[in-house]
Amino acid sequence: MADTILVVAEQREGRLNRVSFETIAAAQSIAKQTGWTVEAVLPGSGIQALAQELAGKALAKVCALDAPALAAYTSDAYVFALRAFLADRQPKLVLFPHTYQVRDFAPRLALALDRTLISDATGYKYENGALLFTRQMFQGKFTADVSFGGDAPWMAAIQIGAFRGDQAESGSAPVETVTAAVAESAPRVIPHEVFQEAKEAVDLSQAEVIIAVGRGIREQKNMALAENLAAVLGGELGASRPICDNGWLPLDRQIGSSGQTVAPKLYIGMGVSGAIQHIVGIKGARTIIAINKDPEAPIFEVADVAVVGDLFQVVPALTEEIKKAKAGA
Amino acid sequence: MFGRTSPGVLCGLDPVRYTLAGMKILVCIKQVPQKDAPLRLNEKGTWIRDDASWETNEPDAYALEEALRQKEKHGGEVAVVTAGPARAAQVLREALAKGADRAIHLEDDRFAQLDAANTARALAAAIEGENFDLIVTGLQSDDFGAAQTGVLLAEILGIPHATIIIGIEKTDTGLRLKRELEAGHYQYIEMPMPALLTIQSGINKLRYATLIGIRQAKTKPLRKVSWADVEGRLSKHMQRIERLYVPGSQKTTRRIEAPAAEAAKQVVDYLKNEAHVV
Repeated sequence: MADTILVVAEQREGRLNRVSFETIAAAQSIAKQTGWTVEAVLPGSGIQALAQELAGKALAKVCALDAPALAAYTSDAYVFALRAFLADRQPKLVLFPHTYQVRDFAPRLALALDRTLISDATGYKYENGALLFTRQMFQGKFTADVSFGGDAPWMAAIQIGAFRGDQAESGSAPVETVTAAVAESAPRVIPHEVFQEAKEAVDLSQAEVIIAVGRGIREQKNMALAENLAAVLGGELGASRPICDNGWLPLDRQIGSSGQTVAPKLYIGMGVSGAIQHIVGIKGARTIIAINKDPEAPIFEVADVAVVGDLFQVVPALTEEIKKAKAGA
Repeated sequence: MFGRTSPGVLCGLDPVRYTLAGMKILVCIKQVPQKDAPLRLNEKGTWIRDDASWETNEPDAYALEEALRQKEKHGGEVAVVTAGPARAAQVLREALAKGADRAIHLEDDRFAQLDAANTARALAAAIEGENFDLIVTGLQSDDFGAAQTGVLLAEILGIPHATIIIGIEKTDTGLRLKRELEAGHYQYIEMPMPALLTIQSGINKLRYATLIGIRQAKTKPLRKVSWADVEGRLSKHMQRIERLYVPGSQKTTRRIEAPAAEAAKQVVDYLKNEAHVV
């Protein structure tokens, strides 16, 4: 049997999580180098139409892993069903999108199979027949190349935004419906409806200019610096998680994996160090200016302009300079 | 002990015990490099040098705070555990000063680089027979960032878990929890105890240690667990860091290191003439 890369796709409430296509793109890229075959599996209940949607990509096969017990996500049911499925199919490599759901069940699934999961991988390397995954460590200050020590199936979860979903190759795959294995005992976690707290007051995804504030702002009273800069640029204020945790900006202005994903023409990060969780939210920004006193701040790796300096001096100067430029224009 | 007993049996018995004795809570915390501290690689490029500044992993601090609040509401006990070199005792002392009742230190340099599965195995070995009702830890660490140790500990102990929790309410039958999902979505879930939860930063407001707390911490029990005590329970590492390196820039980045006024001029030049956004 040919070696297979199995992509575990994700759906919720009748819709595919689009990041599934990013993971398919990653799998297709690995397959090009290794010669392995790519298949996908979608766990859920009544998900044939969604499996068909996945089948529009260049895959050898799509399996709809179906059971009423998988209608609402629980880690117990997912681990049980996928454990049996993987034991049966014996793929060489299992790839997941690094979503909150995958974080919830994939480590347990790996351990139940006596395997390991490399989580939050940003890329891969295929060197002398060995497959390595790269991931960020120490809040993005370093990158690690990580290898698997044991036997296949190897498992890795791919960071959101690391591969482009729109670059997943199209094709036409057969869909196989597989009845999922279901445990005799009920799942221990009882899930209720998924909801949104309130309609988001601010839709940062549509903002053209965003001034994002990070931990470097130090105190709430210093937020005025960001407000002034946002005012002269006609921009919206955003923030990394700690600022919203502190209550200095409302939660709906949080940018990153747990907040909003933005794609402005201009993003200015002040005192934002650039933890992965924030960076995934700003990858779509056209121009990124970062101001940070730490010359090794990870945000500089994605910045077009890296200003190494004290934001308490740079930001007021920049605000004045932009005022002048606008007045002159 | 937790073991592989049917969880139904445990949760059938436990509500009685909670009302009588409150909750017995364990908090797993980790010492990580300080956020702003410069880090250097070791000579082999496989790990960082140890001469850094250290602090409690931030999400773990929120997990501790939540445990203390639950104890204040329902009574019981809060124990803290960490696995790491001698320097890691500092995060335990801080936790005791904030109000934890006792601490467990798996003390050895080798604990610092264990993968998530072996860290979970070591922790499970160290708390064998303890019967905690609730185990909480941060949703991920600021060093590895694997977001796995807590989930794996639950698997090893055979208890249910829930991740990225931002609200905890004890009910008659177990727990009602608010789980954070992506992009501003949330979900309430219910589960029996014993259970393991990974806690999201921002679930509460962190407290500071008081002077009295710091004084009292010195008299609180701290149990040490050696490498030899748990070594037999570890497996071979199934993932290995081959090398660690400073990431290359993903873009052509213009670096500006100049006095503020000059830096501001250069940024505006860029915004006008190259990015065309001003």
